[in-house]
Amino acid sequence: MADLTSNFLGIHSPNPFWLASAPPTDKAYNVYRAFEAGWGGVVWKTLGEDPAPVNVCSRYSCHKNTRGDVIGINNIELITDRPLQINLNEIRQTKKDWPDRALLVSLMVPCKEESWKTILRQVEETGCDGVELNFGCPHGMPERGMGSAVGQVPEYIEMVTHWCKQHCNLPVVVKLTPNITNIVIAAEAAQAGGADAVSLINTINSITGINLDQMVGYHAVNDQFTSGGYCGTAVKPIALNMVGQIARSPDTADLPISAIGGISTWRDAAEFMALGAGTVQVCTAAMLNGFKIVQDMIDGLSRWMDSKGYPSLDSFQGAAVPSLTDWKYLDLNYKTIASIDQNSCIQCGRCYAACEDTAHQAIAMTPDNNATQRRFDVIDEACVGCNLCQITCPVENCISMIRQQTGKPYLNWTQHPNNPIRES
Amino acid sequence: MNKPDIHSSRLSAEEYQRNFADIKPALSDYEAHIEASRCLYCEAAPCIPACPTGINIPAFINRIATDNIDGAAQAILDANILGGSCARVCPTEILCEQACVRNHEPECSPVKIGRLQRYAVDNRQPGEHPFIRLPETGKAIAVVGAGPAGLTCAHHLARKGHNITLFDAREKPGGLNEYGIASYKLVDSYARQEVDFVMEIGGIYPEYGLQLGHNLSLDQLRKQFDAVFLGIGLGGSRPLGLQGEEAQGVEDALPAISSLRQCNDLSQLPIGRRIVVIGGGNTAIDIACQCKRLGAEDVTIVYRRGSEQMSATDHEQAFARDNGIRILTWLQPSSLVIEGGYITAVQLEKTALDANGKLQGKGELTSLPVDTLYKAIGQHFLVDSFANTYESPELNGNRIVTDDNFRTSLVNVWAGGDCIDKGKDLTVHAVEHGKRAAYAIHHYLQGGSDNG
Repeated sequence: MADLTSNFLGIHSPNPFWLASAPPTDKAYNVYRAFEAGWGGVVWKTLGEDPAPVNVCSRYSCHKNTRGDVIGINNIELITDRPLQINLNEIRQTKKDWPDRALLVSLMVPCKEESWKTILRQVEETGCDGVELNFGCPHGMPERGMGSAVGQVPEYIEMVTHWCKQHCNLPVVVKLTPNITNIVIAAEAAQAGGADAVSLINTINSITGINLDQMVGYHAVNDQFTSGGYCGTAVKPIALNMVGQIARSPDTADLPISAIGGISTWRDAAEFMALGAGTVQVCTAAMLNGFKIVQDMIDGLSRWMDSKGYPSLDSFQGAAVPSLTDWKYLDLNYKTIASIDQNSCIQCGRCYAACEDTAHQAIAMTPDNNATQRRFDVIDEACVGCNLCQITCPVENCISMIRQQTGKPYLNWTQHPNNPIRES
Repeated sequence: MNKPDIHSSRLSAEEYQRNFADIKPALSDYEAHIEASRCLYCEAAPCIPACPTGINIPAFINRIATDNIDGAAQAILDANILGGSCARVCPTEILCEQACVRNHEPECSPVKIGRLQRYAVDNRQPGEHPFIRLPETGKAIAVVGAGPAGLTCAHHLARKGHNITLFDAREKPGGLNEYGIASYKLVDSYARQEVDFVMEIGGIYPEYGLQLGHNLSLDQLRKQFDAVFLGIGLGGSRPLGLQGEEAQGVEDALPAISSLRQCNDLSQLPIGRRIVVIGGGNTAIDIACQCKRLGAEDVTIVYRRGSEQMSATDHEQAFARDNGIRILTWLQPSSLVIEGGYITAVQLEKTALDANGKLQGKGELTSLPVDTLYKAIGQHFLVDSFANTYESPELNGNRIVTDDNFRTSLVNVWAGGDCIDKGKDLTVHAVEHGKRAAYAIHHYLQGGSDNG
């Protein structure tokens, strides 16, 4: 059996699945249930200064696919709306009752050194394992100069991180906002401030839809709405990219990462780890399925690791990072063409429509009409290997992209004759 | 003597209600959405030509999936104004759903096109008729037969601005949809509602209780109107050709289905305990299942060939078996046992194909006790429809001959539905005939040739 125990910044947990700082980790009752279900750790929902903020009714909305599955949730809930002391007491008791689990505390206070100093001292006394600085929350708090208002200014990230490292002995994780242009700059700022790790991504600014009868967006609070933070499986590709960019950047390559963003299966978790993450944080999948989902994640990850011969998490952590590169280094002589397995083809013609209308006219339909029995064939000479037909095909493994032996050596854009500024 | 066991009130009120409720209940909004999302939106979708009326199926399903129900209904009704009843009575498993590419998947589960079609038509915003009638042309057309073919023809011609007089021999319009389809397939007087919907277009003037060959003559109609469309169906049931066929308890299936359809209180309908149905089509299945659902104890369908040759689809046969109906094949009735004017049993003879592939009786006999025997071996065209006419259209095997544009041998007479020699006895085929004949008639009235 693979060893799923995790050691992240010296914080030990029985598995790398943590619950992200979010509504599911707002109070001891939920956190106890999470630990009972098997979660390896939690990041307690963000604490702030008293008096606690006040939340509105109607806090979530969602984006569904055509089958009605939720692919993303938008939320406008603020940081904890409970008094600081209640949270601190519960955190202390929780850590005492669950010593083997990771318990980090998320923090967000005004950009004043004194504010951070005060709360860090209070939090440190609870016996928790570390702090996560919430520089990412995109709704509500930035209007008050906190959350992503800090995370969007690298100088602030560095400054506040620096204060925290000065006034606290615990590991400091900086949670980054994706609502910026280049995540690496934010990660570099955290690193410069002395951060022990970064966690990302926080939620993405979003509006999930407009109610066309009421002419107000979702989720409406009475007759108004505001943009919220988007999360769930829909954001996974964005999160993966940001994690990957930090992991492959020479300056931040050694910065530990706790990955967040649409992780809902063991496979998602393994992918983030393969791109360099040390632990993963989950929220939406738990909100949609309940805490029990972690058991399937643990089981799936463990079996996959066994099947691949990975004894521990660090044996595959970062394994996909070296293959992530700039476009200019991709091999221009690499060639694939599509191949349709006639036995599994159901003759829907989706590949044909895609290629004929929007790509390279590389699929032939015979006969050229809506006969009950027809055939779709790839025109090899016209196929550029774009993968679009494979993407539109509803049948798994029906369309394969077959590698072609061109006999030509590796050639990238920096070397290509068409490049006016080629290197050689 | 065996007294025939025929009486009413065999079941409780709840049982009648349950047995004659909709066999394919409507989809909920949620179910329709999920089902619609299964459509792959095929390129040159094979389901479209598999629909005899050529409904643009992927388009209407995509409109359901995108909350555009009126748009979905419009796409259906434009190709098939009786899309609501076709959605209910079509054997979709041998039409659109058979062509669905999802049959090629390992799951073999086609998109439920018929049920989605019903959802779209049923959930259309009521109120405005979806089609606009063009300005009056002053042309008048006689449509004889207010069944699926006639109604469709009348609607398409009315859309073009012509005036239609719609004749029917019965007191109610609808034809087989009203009188000939098992009632659990078309519940809640849907056939009548659909006729009312068709009439909303305007310019259609019904004249019921007038039958061609009796109180209506083709000669007269041809003089009075600019064109005539005949959609008069098949009025007669084929006989077995056995002695004693006129005895009590030997009945034609269609009139029996009709009286069931028109009956307001099923508990008042007398039904035999032991039923034998002769025939292998959907009418045989319909009467057998309805008898069973009325409380008959023992219902047997007897067909002279194998189940593969039955014109009832596999789906219909399975439905009959699910209803507890016994289907006996390779048997034909050889004589009826009549006692005191009542049928009490039917003698059946085993059949087989001879070396030339011709069906032969083999002389081996068996017998079934019977309270009521229903004949469902097909209908035939009532030739006396033209008894009071000087010039009749050409017939072929007792059905009206038409060309590719549904024109008969008479210059201003078109025909469609079951009464023509290309008739295929499905509602949806009749609709398509009516539609295409209407195009041809309109073209003719515009002064074009008949190749419209």
